[in-house]
Amino acid sequence: MRTHIIGARVIDPASGLDQITDLFLEGGKIAAFGQAPSGFVPERSIDANGLIASPGLVDLAVALREPGYSRKGSIASETLAAAAGGVTSLCCPPLTKPVLDTSAVAELILDRAREAGHCKVFPIGALSKNLEGEQLAELVALRDAGCVAFGNGLQSFSNNRTLCRALEYAATFNLTVIFHSQDRDLAAGGIAHEGPTASFLGLAGIPESAETVALARDLLLVEQAGVRAHFSQLSTARGAQMIAEAQARGLPVTADVALYQLILTDEALSEFSSLYHVQPPLRTHADRDGLRAAVKSGVIKAIASHHQPHEADAKLAPFAATEPGISSVELLLPLAMTLVQDGLLDLPTLLARLTAGPAKALRLPAGRLAVGAPADLLLFDPQGSTLAGERWLSKGANCPFIGHCLPGAVRYTLVDGRISFQG
Amino acid sequence: MTPTAAKRPLQLNDLGQLRHFLSIDGLSRELLTEILDTADSFLEVGARAVKKVPLLRGKTVCNVFFENSTRTRTTFELAAQRLSADVITLNVSTSSTSKGETLLDTLRNLEAMAADMFVVRHGDSGAAHFIAEHVCPNVAIINGGDGRHAHPTQGMLDMLTIRRHKGGFENLSVAIVGDILHSRVARSNMLALKTLGCPDIRVIAPKTLLPVGIEQYGVSVYTDLAEGLKDVDVIIMLRLQTERMHGGLLPSAGEFYRTYGLTTQRLALAKPDALVMHPGPINRGVEIESAVADGPQSVILNQVTYGIAIRMAVLSMAMSGQAAQRQLNQEREEQR
Repeated sequence: MRTHIIGARVIDPASGLDQITDLFLEGGKIAAFGQAPSGFVPERSIDANGLIASPGLVDLAVALREPGYSRKGSIASETLAAAAGGVTSLCCPPLTKPVLDTSAVAELILDRAREAGHCKVFPIGALSKNLEGEQLAELVALRDAGCVAFGNGLQSFSNNRTLCRALEYAATFNLTVIFHSQDRDLAAGGIAHEGPTASFLGLAGIPESAETVALARDLLLVEQAGVRAHFSQLSTARGAQMIAEAQARGLPVTADVALYQLILTDEALSEFSSLYHVQPPLRTHADRDGLRAAVKSGVIKAIASHHQPHEADAKLAPFAATEPGISSVELLLPLAMTLVQDGLLDLPTLLARLTAGPAKALRLPAGRLAVGAPADLLLFDPQGSTLAGERWLSKGANCPFIGHCLPGAVRYTLVDGRISFQG
Repeated sequence: MTPTAAKRPLQLNDLGQLRHFLSIDGLSRELLTEILDTADSFLEVGARAVKKVPLLRGKTVCNVFFENSTRTRTTFELAAQRLSADVITLNVSTSSTSKGETLLDTLRNLEAMAADMFVVRHGDSGAAHFIAEHVCPNVAIINGGDGRHAHPTQGMLDMLTIRRHKGGFENLSVAIVGDILHSRVARSNMLALKTLGCPDIRVIAPKTLLPVGIEQYGVSVYTDLAEGLKDVDVIIMLRLQTERMHGGLLPSAGEFYRTYGLTTQRLALAKPDALVMHPGPINRGVEIESAVADGPQSVILNQVTYGIAIRMAVLSMAMSGQAAQRQLNQEREEQR
């Protein structure tokens, strides 16, 4: 549908564009900025005065829960929730049942995502069969089926030699490997950051070293194998510093952080609320500050929701017996806008970390506004507000932000020029 | 907001009275003193020929133990019986897969049978909070021990023991020795001692058995037993579970005894009239020498007796706190 978007402040972090102008969409692509192409007769006009137009958000970690965990979420429900959060492209982790370690599972996910049509979905394949860390998954077949990167979640490899070989094999085909660096043994049994709060509550701790020890090893192995690597879900300031040091010595590694890690700390656990049970755990004020600084400086180029919807029962138990994760993709834009509201990031930088940054990290065809590029857009009102939970589309209501009034409101999310969400 | 500043009004009713007993955290010195005073008065009941008072007549108390216990379970049963309540005790074995569901369903079933009070012991920290908040908000919940978090009735019976033998807390040095990391007793004791005004609380343990951030309790930390025991008035020894020898926390029970075991010689470092306490069950020759456990300074068996009085106090106070809240709610309803 030919669409004329009138008078938006267009911010495209990839090109540095930031001006009030018109946008013309045709055939699912961006046809022009400013002046209409000759003979362009719009079928639909959107008055975007006062709104910001940016590339649709790119979220590197959204658990869709399908196949296998339909009680927690479905591809249709979670991609719609993502569209409501301003997302047009997302990556889903391989933690499905069966695990995303065969082309068939990748195809099923892509088919259902296309059918739902709310978001573009880019699956992340399992690096090892059944995520067991022993035998390699068929990475090339998975790539050909549409997997954009490969990871093993928080599950460790059985030993360093197998991991090393997996990285070398991935490097052979220039594939990207995603790390969730957490040492299995140091984290064993832990459910909260090892610090005063966990000690007070009697919760078994996961020390900072669980992340940094694994990260040190992973960075060395990445360097040795020469593989493209992305470090996901950093939780410590020290970890961010190690990424910065690796980048400074020329290692082409990227990193992302869960949005909630930029907002919450382990003190949120003080009433045993299972809504704050996440893995890796919420950490200290100093860690949060370090992660914020790394996002600002560009050491961390991507902010992801790390959306993990759950059924109510999964959170209805004593803290240690609950499942970790927060459902928050549908609040991605307004939650992220709190960082601007609090003066931690300027708006173009925030949008860079939510669009071009993640797209570049995993080489996704997304996250930029250019003539001829897919018309994947987000139109939002920076002066508006979102009452979290007033409407809820995700199957998982496990979100500690429900009830909060957040800055910014998504007005339109467009995928290939089609409105996938209207707020 | 620091954890110690975190208020848990969950266990108080609108009048500030106890309606659940989940943790020492957030309770005032006045309230703790009221528990001790009430327990003192119940101690006389235990000394009488007829050991019953009718405070909980017609009420049903359910002991639900998801973890093994002999002493705590029995003393809770006796406490409820001496208050004339009907008592049911369930030992629920936890299956690892459906722990949460078992807990939820078990308690809802018991609630449906019109139980008035649950005494719950569970292996997960926060289990009693969870039940009070999400499962049975209108039934009084007494924490009989949750994970490593809290064992508030043990904490209070230890305070009663100290007060009865030392008269108060204001000028005391108290040492807590052993596996602080895994001990809910230690956590409850540190909080209770602090709240009641004890000026010198010491914890003594190897670094592998000390939780990170222990300083937040306002205690001084010793890794050397001799140094820590010097001139103390009270020594609280903690039980060392045998599984602590695995995973590198300690080399052996023998080495622990060699470095942290309470022997007659080491006891001599404390004040001559120092009390020796232990929550039980004791491991002779692991954390404590038999001669000390059975010696004149030991009050380990007195603790058991006081435990019944403390549990009577807490059961009766929480039951009346719930009743007061119900009445309050009813009056508000009528005003509307």
